[in-house]
Amino acid sequence: MSHVHKDSVGAKLGMWLFLFTELILFGGLFILYSVYLARYPQQFSSGGRQLDVVFGTTNTVVLLTSSLFAAMSVTAMKRGERRATLALLCGTLVCAATFLVIKYLEWSAKFHHGIYPNSPKLVAGAPGESVFFGLYYLTTGLHGIHVFVGGALITWVALLVQKGAINVDDNVSLENVTLYWHLVDLVWIFIFPLYYLIL
Amino acid sequence: MTSAENTAPVPGGFWLDTGKTGIRSWIFSTDHKRIGMMYFGCVFGFFLVGALLGVLLRLELIAPGPTIVTAKTYNALFTVHGVVMIFLFIIPGIPASFGNLVMPIQIGARDVAFPRLNLFSWWLYAIGALVVLAALFTGGGAPDTGWTFYVPFSARTGTNVSLAVLGVFILGFSSILTGINFVTTIHRLRAEGMTWTRLPLFVWSLYATAWVQILATPIIAITLLLVVAERVLGVGLFDPGRGGDPLMYQHLFWIYSHPAVYIMILPAMGVISEIIPVFSRKPIFGYKMIAVSSIGIAAAGSVVWGHHMFTSGMSDTAVLVFSFLTFLVAIPSAIKVFNWVSTLYKGSISLEAPMLFALSFILLFSIGGLSGLILGAAATDIHVHDTHFVVGHFHYVMFGGTGFAFIGAAHYWLPKFFGRRYDETPALIGWIVMFIGFNIIYFTMQLLGMRGMPRRYYDYLPEFAQLNLVATIGSWILVLGMLIVIVNLWRGLLKGKPFTGNPWGGATLEWSIPTPPPTENFEEDPVVTHGPYDFKGAGVP
Repeated sequence: MSHVHKDSVGAKLGMWLFLFTELILFGGLFILYSVYLARYPQQFSSGGRQLDVVFGTTNTVVLLTSSLFAAMSVTAMKRGERRATLALLCGTLVCAATFLVIKYLEWSAKFHHGIYPNSPKLVAGAPGESVFFGLYYLTTGLHGIHVFVGGALITWVALLVQKGAINVDDNVSLENVTLYWHLVDLVWIFIFPLYYLIL
Repeated sequence: MTSAENTAPVPGGFWLDTGKTGIRSWIFSTDHKRIGMMYFGCVFGFFLVGALLGVLLRLELIAPGPTIVTAKTYNALFTVHGVVMIFLFIIPGIPASFGNLVMPIQIGARDVAFPRLNLFSWWLYAIGALVVLAALFTGGGAPDTGWTFYVPFSARTGTNVSLAVLGVFILGFSSILTGINFVTTIHRLRAEGMTWTRLPLFVWSLYATAWVQILATPIIAITLLLVVAERVLGVGLFDPGRGGDPLMYQHLFWIYSHPAVYIMILPAMGVISEIIPVFSRKPIFGYKMIAVSSIGIAAAGSVVWGHHMFTSGMSDTAVLVFSFLTFLVAIPSAIKVFNWVSTLYKGSISLEAPMLFALSFILLFSIGGLSGLILGAAATDIHVHDTHFVVGHFHYVMFGGTGFAFIGAAHYWLPKFFGRRYDETPALIGWIVMFIGFNIIYFTMQLLGMRGMPRRYYDYLPEFAQLNLVATIGSWILVLGMLIVIVNLWRGLLKGKPFTGNPWGGATLEWSIPTPPPTENFEEDPVVTHGPYDFKGAGVP
């Protein structure tokens, strides 16, 4: 009856494989970024300067903090500290929500300036600029969806911790969800410099 | 054999032993055998749908000018034929159906590593299929872009491309999850004594396939999302008017879709590697080379996508590099073919239906593979690019290869799961008819292509009329053969002679358990003491 027992090594292996697929999913967008950057260095540079570094930096700090909370929640669970685990997961959730709110404000500001996919301003502007902002919206949008999904998953494991289904002996689901959360963080760590800093 | 025995229900196994009843015992079952059966039913159904569309396409081309459908319908026909055959039949085909049915048993496991995820994959497949089908009848009607969804046309056409690519996106997700499940299963759930060099070659091929599914499919996912973004948001990433580059779409598309042809062919090669030694009564020749060549094909096949784009206008350097890499893929493929043929040498060959399909696989795949080299060589590709030569080529590898292996696998393994078998004589007749029809239609296509007939054209010049007539007649013969084979198989599985024990004389683990397999597969966890083709070690005469 080998398969009835929970195979936490197998579960983690499966999760890591899934994380690879996520990296490759974003990889498609990064390929487009690199090719179009080589083609339109100036438009990318001017586009990058229009992005708000304050928003971007704040969000980076928020996400890194959330990852710290997530990692601490796993350690807390392995020590059997259920209340601490729940508190840390709630901290992660607050950070996730903060990130999305800041992203919303940032996007709204851009929309306000007439910069959004297919906007008259971009259509009339230089070709490379439209490509830059198209990629910006798609990449950060896809990442935002991942933040949202990650938040939903964290809520789910928090409920399982609350019920005691995730406990000191059986906590691979918690660990896998935090792995996913670190991926969301990691992708942002690449998006942030590529769009906000180096251009 | 009396008729009473023939019609008595085959007792037990995973067919009966379940807590739930009716359809719920299937669509909510986490048993890999039930999930495999559901996949088989679905992919086989779509195979028939795709074949019907193919026959209609050939009928339209029987003579120049309009014949049975309008040009717009013709465009929709070849698009839907491609989408159904590629995404609903051949990609999930062997891995999801026979992989699920057989692989866990072959490695001595009771199920896959994530049974619930496995069921979820099937649900995603079913939902994706429904979304694709819905796209045919809603919005602007069935997509008319070809299964490749090339921009800029796919971004502009009024047909229902968005919904169709969304369906394909969901199917891709299903494929990824199956890949993750299989890699984890093969790493974690091998029975005691089932070392990597004792893995059946079918499992090796599924392992290589699963890696391609994991590493390549996300690229098509993002590419298809970008097509939707082009259509819905008007982002313009592939629109030259806004600084985008349509060639980037082609690159992204083929980064997945070329490795995807190895998702299609590798499991088929695994099936052949199982059937050939069993029906030659001889251990397979070059086990390790066949196993490693699966990985080699998966690896080399991931870096050759540019050979679909020789005429697209990409740089000459890229053309030469991709052409060279394409030739490299021929090496591991040829290693397999030579090893199969060497296995046959001095074997005690028994020509039952699975073996007939396996032998024809070797021939048809070789023709398809060699014609692939003509396309892989940049100089010759320029002449036959986008002609019927290409259509003939990939039908030789996909249908003559994977399709024949799929039908061979059905004759080889399904009796094990149904406990009843097909009749040998109609299978032989059906196979001959299929083989003849197949070569008439697709070899003629290659000739047509050599003479310059483009693919996907509704109309053609009068000088192509004769060969087109021949190809269309070939399609009728092929379908007749398929009908004989399928009806015979279907009748046999439901009402045929009982099939128990190990009639084929296989040495892999699935032949050591009761027929049909019980829900838990093994009463006790097996301990493996011999290789998959060590017939003496398995005690098979």
